[in-house]
Formats: sequence, structure tokens, C-alpha cells
Amino acid sequence: MQRIRFTFTGLLIKEPVIYQLGHDYNLVTNIRRADVQENVGWVILELEGEEGEIDRGLEWVRSLGVRVDPVLGDVMEG
Amino acid sequence: MAHVTCLRCRECGREYPIEPINVCDFCFGPLEVVYDYDAIARVVSREHITSGPLTLWRYKELLPADYNEAVDIQAGFTPLLRARNLGKRLGLEELYIKNDSVNPSYSFKDRVVTVAAAKALEFGFDTIACASTGNLAGAVAAHAARGGLKAYVFIPSDLEQGKVLGAAVYGPTVVAVDGTYDDVNRLCNELADSYRWAFVNINVRPFYADGSKTLGYEVAEQLGWKTPAHAVVPAASGAMFTKVWKGFNEFADLGLIGPVRTQMHLVQARGCSPIAQAYLDQRQVIKPVKPDTIAKSLAIGNPADGWYALKTIEASGGSAVIAEEHEVAEGIKLLAETEGIFTEGAGGVTVSGLKRLAESGRIKPDEPTVVYITGNGLKTMEVVTDVVNPLEIQPTVASFEAAVAARIS
Repeated sequence: MQRIRFTFTGLLIKEPVIYQLGHDYNLVTNIRRADVQENVGWVILELEGEEGEIDRGLEWVRSLGVRVDPVLGDVMEG
Repeated sequence: MAHVTCLRCRECGREYPIEPINVCDFCFGPLEVVYDYDAIARVVSREHITSGPLTLWRYKELLPADYNEAVDIQAGFTPLLRARNLGKRLGLEELYIKNDSVNPSYSFKDRVVTVAAAKALEFGFDTIACASTGNLAGAVAAHAARGGLKAYVFIPSDLEQGKVLGAAVYGPTVVAVDGTYDDVNRLCNELADSYRWAFVNINVRPFYADGSKTLGYEVAEQLGWKTPAHAVVPAASGAMFTKVWKGFNEFADLGLIGPVRTQMHLVQARGCSPIAQAYLDQRQVIKPVKPDTIAKSLAIGNPADGWYALKTIEASGGSAVIAEEHEVAEGIKLLAETEGIFTEGAGGVTVSGLKRLAESGRIKPDEPTVVYITGNGLKTMEVVTDVVNPLEIQPTVASFEAAVAARIS
């Protein structure tokens, strides 16, 4: 199980990324919170499935240009 | 004893017991500490505070951890200086500097870490950890040393040795991660799930973050129990910015000061300005960025508290400004030359942001203003190496006088 935040910008908002992620990598996706506006949006969700498939799925999501982060943002500070 | 009743999700309001957790199980929102203000009001007063120690622990009734001498390296209660020279340069008649660069490990991070370390001891942890490129690492390592805690400090492997030294000297285990900034972030989130360590800004983050409230309390107390018309504050995650505001308002709610009319101004550098840019674009959603700024201590591309910082700007009638990268060093030099305070890149950003706010008329000349300087310049000397330009002379009076005459002309 992983808790993940996706940030979408521009045209990516129109793509069914989360559906395809679940379908192609055999993952259960469970959206917990989201805010999608005209040109930018984020979704916080839980992913369940095989660890290798989660990693491959997230790599595919990144390759689309979606930013993938831990749910609470950056933890590395200056 | 700390007057804390529970943790509460900032998004859905669900409540949780006081444990080392930071995320709501239900909506994955961030948790914050809930205080029993009635109990606090019964014990806290101006006299109670002023009779306390000259550290941030004078506000212990309003902090989420019990005072513990073992991790007290005397953080906080730093000077608030009237900045007449800088004020004159910027056309501001009542300007003050909150000089937090003189904390024990030379940044405001001592405030959050002393609270996190005290809470870690309460929870029974024997190890504290963080991921950092500078100030946070130093603060964690220093407090761990004092408290007899083990410390793990995660850094990107390409970080300059000089940056690591300020933490390594206190004896933590420094872990250099062969990966990108995002990799270090991801790894530390995973480790926080699987190791029983107090990761200061992950599983003890709700307690850690409230250490920054003291930056609001102190300024209100040092101004004579009132808040300024404007506060100019740098932002990385945005947490400290929101907590200064929370500190002001808690004091007002407890009747220690009058109503808060402070406008909160947030400053970021051009190379990492996700919060300020969202404000300027009138967006509620923060677009994460890849940090590329010389103000390294502000380099958080995906700020956890960005949205809450935007809300604080809105609630206070404040604003956000972006300082250009070349203005970072200019701001450092301006503060040093006018007020004798040597700050790091973040301080240069803040001073340059203040300059913009003054020049644009956003801050009027007669409005009391406090600018927050949160880190020490000795940590980032490479930003201003061009100031080194000595007169080079022979050991004779004639040589000296000739050189001085040449410099003056």
C-alpha cells in the first residue's frame, strides 16, 4: 500500500491517468482527497497491489509528466 | 504539563490521540495539535511569561511538549532590533529585525527541533532523524548531542562537504544518499514508516511545526505586547509563515495582546517560488517546482503548507513577493552594511522582498514592520565571496596611505 500525491498540469487534466494506472498495472486506486481546477489539479490517493507493479505504474505516471510525491510534500529542508 | 488535548486533521477534522503520527488515516490530510485554551488561560499571563527563562520555553504553556532540560540548548528569545539604518535606506520609519540567526545552531530551526526533541523523548524514542541540506541537519544533530539521542541525518550525496560540517561536528550518523532531491524525500518517507525513529518533520511534524509559533509570541512580547502592522517572512514549506500568524492570534485570543491587524507578507526567491507564484497567479493550487535557487534553505519545491500559507495571506490581508536571484546577495549585503547582521541566502531574499514592498508602497513609511531573519550568513559564505577585496600593502605607513587614497578616489 502506498499513499501518493499526483499533481497534474495543463492538458494532462483531461487524461484518465488514474483509470489506466489501475487497469494496466492491476492496482486498486482509492482517491482520498483532490482539487482539480482549470489548468492544474492534485489528487491524493492510496494504491494497493504488487510492489513491483506499483513502482512500474508510478514510473509510467511520471513518464506522462505527472508529478508524483509523498502525500505531505517535501520533507528535505534546508 | 503540555495543555494538549489531541491531534486533529486540518482537512476533515477527525481527531486522534497524542501519538507520533502526522497524517489522517481517512483523508490523508495533515494533523495539527489541539490545545486546551481554557486551561492555558488559567495559568498564562504577561507576568507568568516574563518570569520564565530567556528562551522559547518561557511560552511552555503554549507548546505541545513538556520542558525537558536534556534537549534545551537555549533556543529562542532572540533579539528584536530597531533597524534605523536599514529603515532609512528603505524609507521605513519604524522597522524592526527579528534576528533569529543567533540561535544556538544559527538558525530558527532550533525552535522547531527543541520542541520535536522534547516530544521525541516523551514518546520514548532513542533516535531522531531528518533529511536536510543545512540548517535543519545542524539543529537536529546539536539537540541530539545534548539529549543523548542517536541522530541520523540524510543528505544528497552531491552536497558540498562544507554544508555537511555544521551538522557532522555534533556526531550524528550522516547518510549520503546517491540520488536526486526527490529520491531523498521518498526514501525518508519510507524509512519513517518502517523505523521507530522520530523523524522531526514527518512523524513528529505536528509538534515540531508548533515550535515556530514562538516567532510570533516573541515579536509580540518584544514590541511591548502588540503586533506590527506588517510582518515580512521567508517561506520554504510555508509552515513557519503560518505559525507566526497563529502565534499572534493565540496571544490575542488569550487576551495577552489586543486584536491582530498584522498583514503577513511571504517572500520566496525566483528559483523556488511555488507559493508566491500561486498567490501572484491568484491560484489556490500550488504547482510544485524543481528548486533552482542560491537561497538553499528555502529550496522546497513541493511545500507541505503552501495552501495554508496562501490562506494566511488571505486572512491577514497580506501579500507575497518574489526576490530575483541576483537580489539574494544584494539583500545579504544591504543588511550587513546597514545593521551589522550577516544573514544567509534566505535572509537576503527576505530583505530584498521587504525592499520591494517598501518601494511599491505596499508598506507605508510610518507603519511598524518586522522582518524575520532566520539563518546565519556564516553558513553560506559562498553567496557573497565578492565582498572580499582587501587593501594590499607593504608594511609601511606610506604604502598604507597610498592604498587608502587610491581606494577613496
